[in-house]
Amino acid sequence: MEWTNEMTIMMVDGVRETLFMTLLSTIFGYLLGLPMGVALAVTDKNGIRPNAVVYKILDVVANVVRSVPFLILLILIMPLTKLLVGRSYGTAATVVPLTVAAAPFIGRMIESSLNEVDRGVIEAAQSMGASTMTIIIRVLLVEARTSILVGVTIALGTILGYSAMAGIVGGGGLGDIAMRYGYYRYEKEIMFVAVILLVVLVQIFQTLGMKMSVKLDRRQR
Amino acid sequence: MAGMIEVRNLSKTFVTKDANVEALQDISLSIQKGDIYGIIGMSGAGKSTLVRCLNFLERPTTGTVEIEGRDLSTMREKELRAQRAEIAMIFQHFNLLMQKNVIDNICFPLLYGGVSTKDGGKKGAMSRKDARKRAQELLEIVGLTEKAKAYPSQLSGGQKQRVAIARALAANPKILLCDEATSALDPQTTQSILQLLKQINKDYGITIVIITHEMSVVREICSHVAIIGDGRLVEQGRVADIFSHPKTKEAKELIVKGRGEERRTLESHQKDMMKGKCCIRIVFSVNSSFEPVIANMVLRFGQPINILRADTKNVEGIARGEMILSLPDDVQMQKEMKAYLTERGLAVEEVDGYGMD
Repeated sequence: MEWTNEMTIMMVDGVRETLFMTLLSTIFGYLLGLPMGVALAVTDKNGIRPNAVVYKILDVVANVVRSVPFLILLILIMPLTKLLVGRSYGTAATVVPLTVAAAPFIGRMIESSLNEVDRGVIEAAQSMGASTMTIIIRVLLVEARTSILVGVTIALGTILGYSAMAGIVGGGGLGDIAMRYGYYRYEKEIMFVAVILLVVLVQIFQTLGMKMSVKLDRRQR
Repeated sequence: MAGMIEVRNLSKTFVTKDANVEALQDISLSIQKGDIYGIIGMSGAGKSTLVRCLNFLERPTTGTVEIEGRDLSTMREKELRAQRAEIAMIFQHFNLLMQKNVIDNICFPLLYGGVSTKDGGKKGAMSRKDARKRAQELLEIVGLTEKAKAYPSQLSGGQKQRVAIARALAANPKILLCDEATSALDPQTTQSILQLLKQINKDYGITIVIITHEMSVVREICSHVAIIGDGRLVEQGRVADIFSHPKTKEAKELIVKGRGEERRTLESHQKDMMKGKCCIRIVFSVNSSFEPVIANMVLRFGQPINILRADTKNVEGIARGEMILSLPDDVQMQKEMKAYLTERGLAVEEVDGYGMD
């Protein structure tokens, strides 16, 4: 098989589409997941504002969404996708199910990052008369930022993996290319190139994320 | 006259799945302005719960706490937060923000504490510039001006507690609560922190409440003391009276136990012994407590060493402590011994009898 110009263009488009879906879904995922995670951590029975009802509702929502396989979710929420994007297929349309799938997952990661914050530091802030909101913004999110950044790295990798399934709804991207050529047409070379590009992308996210979180951590030495 | 802090018939019960735990029962205390008030008891006696009731981090189940005649239980959330800004607190594990440097830690109560009027911490009662200026002044008081830009992880335990004290003083509190503030520190550092607290009490008239399990701390700086045993107030009064005439079993026990701790300051005859001798202070760190360093050194050099003082403390599972040794007169030998100790990871420092305490 010969490597043609069209194939290069296809790969470049694939990278672009994958990045578009992954980054946009991660951003929207955090817009929903961050408040959700904060609410989970704060209303937990050991949190700073325990509220069993709110916690239970969020807890159930997170579990339900997370237990639906992504492929099913993708199809299940097509009406919502159509409502938001105007159509239920294509790269932009994939962002909706990706965001819905990512938000509870991100929420859980935020929750666990915030739960790691030393109770003593929170107590110190309370003893100074800081309000709940102040403690969230100035203590919890600040002290947990390293852990939150590691979470972002994990989220990017996971969402990138999910985005490979976007081909089902004509979402495009590297995963789509790998499936179409490798699985349906047995053109293994193209599949390999697409997979290698996916690996490189994950590697870049991982390295950048880890570097940043280490750089922002003030606990060393 | 009503005191600075009036605790009346305070009880606290924790409801758990299996049982109700009565942490505190019917405690009444009266703490006057300018007192350094010790609350002492064995671990698990409920003293930490009691100190948290003084600023309502824990709500008492029954009974009242009044600060300058104002009952905390009648306050709304916002009033309570404003009140808390006047009751500063320091902790055993310092509880500094690890991701913020020293200056930012000290600025925290000024920018985001109960004095701040708005939620969300967008606008505090003080501008950032003024807060920094105030923080610098406080660093001077606690003697850490050169550490302004350092992060807590770069500081020693004693330095962290100094930062915590500076942070506590930032909002000009009337009361300072100290929850086992010296329990994670080595004996020498404990001394310096206690002196700092004493000075703060004297200079600013801040009422200090000290929670501790060490009688030596009470004896060192407290004017009054309350002894808590098993959630009850066992005995209270002036420190001098309790020491000379302890009435209860608990008080006697604590005083006896405290005698062991008292050895940390050298007696004057010991100081005389140190005159003209080469004396060193060694501080044990993490690993050095496993190896019998001193015994090995004596065997190696075949020279007796005079141990003038020794004190170890279990700090978070690690034996930490210090010793004062008087070395033989041979100068060459002294040098070799110091090198020997340094090699084994001990901090070695030459001392004389008077620069010690």
